[in-house]
Amino acid sequence: MEYMSKSITELHELLQNGKVTSEELVNEAIKKAKEAKDKYNAFVTVIEDAKGCEVTDSLLSGIPYGIKDNYSTKDILSTGSSNTLKDYIPFFDATAVINLKKAGAVGIGKTTMDEFGMGGTGTTAHTGNILNPWNTERMCAGSSSGSAAAVAAGVVPYATGTDTGDSIRKPAAYCGIVGYKPTYGMISRYGVFPFASSLDHLGVLARNVEDACIVVDAMKGLDKNDMTSWDSSGIELHKSLTTDVKGKKICYIKEICDKSMYPDASDELLEHLDNFRNTLEYFKELGVDVVEESVDKNLLDAQYSVYNVISCAEATSNMSNLTGIVFGPRAIGDNYIDMMKKYRTEGFSSLIKRRFVIGSYVLQAENKERYFNNAQRVRRLIVDKWKSLYEKYDAVVLPVSSGPAKYLDNSKNKPYQNSHILEEHLQIANFGGFPSITIPNGFVNNLPVGINITGNCYDDVNVLSLACALESKMSYKNQIAKEAK
Amino acid sequence: MSEYKALIGLEMHCEISETNTKVFSSAENSYKDTANVNIQPVDMGFPGTLPVVNKEAVKMALKASMILGCTLPTHIYFERKNYYYPDLPKGYQITQETKPAPVGSYGALTYDCKGETKTVRINNIHLEEDAASSDHYGTFSTIDYNRAGVPLLELVTEPDFRSADEAVSFLETMRSIYQYAGISEADSRKGQVRCDVNVSIMEADKDENDPKNWGTKIEVKNVNSFGGVREAINYEIERQIDLKESGKYDEMEQQTRRWDEDTMSTIFMRSKVDAIDYKYFVEPNIPKFKLSEEWLESIRKEIPELASDRKHKYITIFGLSEYDATVIVKEKSISDFYEDVVALGADAKKAANWLTSVILGYLNKNDLTITEIYLTPKMLYEIMNLVESGKISSKQSKDILTHVLEDKKDPIQLVKELGMEQISDDKTIREIVIKVLDEHPDLIEDHRKGKNTFDFFVGQVMKATRGKANPSLTADIIREEIDKR
Repeated sequence: MEYMSKSITELHELLQNGKVTSEELVNEAIKKAKEAKDKYNAFVTVIEDAKGCEVTDSLLSGIPYGIKDNYSTKDILSTGSSNTLKDYIPFFDATAVINLKKAGAVGIGKTTMDEFGMGGTGTTAHTGNILNPWNTERMCAGSSSGSAAAVAAGVVPYATGTDTGDSIRKPAAYCGIVGYKPTYGMISRYGVFPFASSLDHLGVLARNVEDACIVVDAMKGLDKNDMTSWDSSGIELHKSLTTDVKGKKICYIKEICDKSMYPDASDELLEHLDNFRNTLEYFKELGVDVVEESVDKNLLDAQYSVYNVISCAEATSNMSNLTGIVFGPRAIGDNYIDMMKKYRTEGFSSLIKRRFVIGSYVLQAENKERYFNNAQRVRRLIVDKWKSLYEKYDAVVLPVSSGPAKYLDNSKNKPYQNSHILEEHLQIANFGGFPSITIPNGFVNNLPVGINITGNCYDDVNVLSLACALESKMSYKNQIAKEAK
Repeated sequence: MSEYKALIGLEMHCEISETNTKVFSSAENSYKDTANVNIQPVDMGFPGTLPVVNKEAVKMALKASMILGCTLPTHIYFERKNYYYPDLPKGYQITQETKPAPVGSYGALTYDCKGETKTVRINNIHLEEDAASSDHYGTFSTIDYNRAGVPLLELVTEPDFRSADEAVSFLETMRSIYQYAGISEADSRKGQVRCDVNVSIMEADKDENDPKNWGTKIEVKNVNSFGGVREAINYEIERQIDLKESGKYDEMEQQTRRWDEDTMSTIFMRSKVDAIDYKYFVEPNIPKFKLSEEWLESIRKEIPELASDRKHKYITIFGLSEYDATVIVKEKSISDFYEDVVALGADAKKAANWLTSVILGYLNKNDLTITEIYLTPKMLYEIMNLVESGKISSKQSKDILTHVLEDKKDPIQLVKELGMEQISDDKTIREIVIKVLDEHPDLIEDHRKGKNTFDFFVGQVMKATRGKANPSLTADIIREEIDKR
């Protein structure tokens, strides 16, 4: 009997009825994690000495899970998938990890990611490419690639993620699972390696919406160590979840979803957009009012540059602590400058170095007004536009990416015109700190594709309920990657 | 110098020593001889750690801003100053350097310089964190992170000083303000006060309000004592005048130099073209917070009587001389001591006399502070009372004080132990006086003829009583007994 493909609520019931022990679940997850490490590079570290624990009323108690490798875990290697921290063992747990421990969750492995979360392909980890369990020629997207692969492959029922642009929600779509990042500050960021602090969110990858709610209920909470965290004790996501969404109003954006925007679209893209339209019909069946909205194309076209400028600028500064002086494998040099230079030159992948150069450039005194300050202004314009949509609608619903998972061999991927906004619009939820969830909504070319639902700040329950209702109309809930079976 | 005048501005960095914890960390804020004991993970820049603002430090910074008459901001927020150095573990310093962020902008302070009242304009005062301290040895360096994250107030003046005396008088006034307001010990021996000095010279007869007439600004960094500030300013003025006179002034570029204690000179560090671009941007981990009127009002009410207030009180109400008042208020601990003695009921002028003529001399001679000696305000009051009530002579009182300080014993106990209780009994003294007069009838005659033999009689009585006879009573009785004959 295999258990790791079951949902959290199913496992909890089995545990409480004594049908299975926590120890058995943990052992199964460790065994599968080792396989997924070899097969997909889904794990940096498998926590082989993880032990089962007491089963309580907490739904997560005794159940194994995966932890993205940019979460600090006390006494357990935490590399952020970077050579610069390849030997780094934190002496404290991230607040979210502490909270999950309190709920009885058992971490069984650290999942592989794009280096420090700064990538969307799962190809920049210091341990190599992360492969998609549906088709190992394809990528998982990133940066929570290992978490997505592990959950999709049925190693664990859920894994934690981080999301600065789309790093939870895009891998979830590519791997046919659920990816949810709650409102900014609902989960403390303390102890999680930063990428771009004003955009960084924590969240979860799971195989159904209910599980995602249960996990975030345990992770969230006001933290005295994170001034941007807020008191959400009045919000109970799981308890408030409902599939009764009749009378709610959602919109989609014509400039992003309409086939006419992509004159040279591939069959995959066209199929993906058609599939999205079909999914909207389910909403209508649920009694949800679906409206097409229009947003200034100039604003949408600026979005990706805004993200690049802000995220690179913050990242450059956030990662200035990585010098090898206090922690990390210190480089040998004649003086501190040589030591720092050598450590950083040898430690970081070229993608990250490229972003540091961009980040430094846009912050330089002579460029700051033109790039950084303007990016902040446009960020505000985009957020204001979305806030105005939320005055009329409960959520904005959009397709994720331009189709299913791309090939790892980039020469096999066909670029289209104008596809930037389709690839990158999930970042808008990071600009505004909006709650945002991706769920699977079908297959294109035998590969899963996803749909995203994003709502206003603090309106997580509404977003989750819409997702849960939609999920109930489709047959992709709890799916496990086929090739992995 | 007469041909030229100097424009001098200061950047005064003063650690806030009176908060319990550091400015963005829960580590203890205290001066420690043992390295690396006041540390939390955030002080060493461990990945994922976040700053949390210490409200108490903000309060003290606002207090200083109010005292300097600065414009207060509507919101408090911080920014990052990015640069690499081993003693800066995060790779950036959290500060408020660029407007409108500082806790105070555009204030002014009047201060005394050699009896003249001067005013300096304050450009801004801002709250930031200190860096760690490093020591460099031949082949290695050590870093002490105790200081990393200690709250630091940086005060920037306009170039309103015309001499080293003015600059140093201002610094002394500021030190007194920080001490009186309970913000900092402002002790340069503990490295709590550090200055950067800006010096330029211009022709004496030109208008200093016209920037066209200003000379080239030279910044001198790393001046860590008030004496050093004086030396550095005078050195720079002379150096710049020498350049003028040798015709090389125009070749001098705007530059940063450092003060070298060993050679007592300024040494070239970098020219303006090599100035570091600190790539400032708003710290995203600290949400902007609005200052409430109520909070500001409660801070304003907490501003205590400052040195200038006390000095005014001492002169106008207590009747002290300008000199004595200045001497007493110079150190808060001495002024506090004085206030306590007066509060106990001591005569204000006499108490001032005790302090300025005896106690301060003792402190200076032994390099002690008034809180380090055994004498308390109550003891001084008791000694003064013993003299006042005629129990001991004024000469004896000085001896008692010496014994209190050296033997660490209470004055009343000492009077008894040393048998110093003064003889104020009329009958006892009169018997001795009569005996002395009887032995020297010739000297009584001399006295009547106008020769001064009176002191001889007093001396004889003192000799007979081993100095314990009440001197004024003795004199009265001698006069009476001579008149009787």
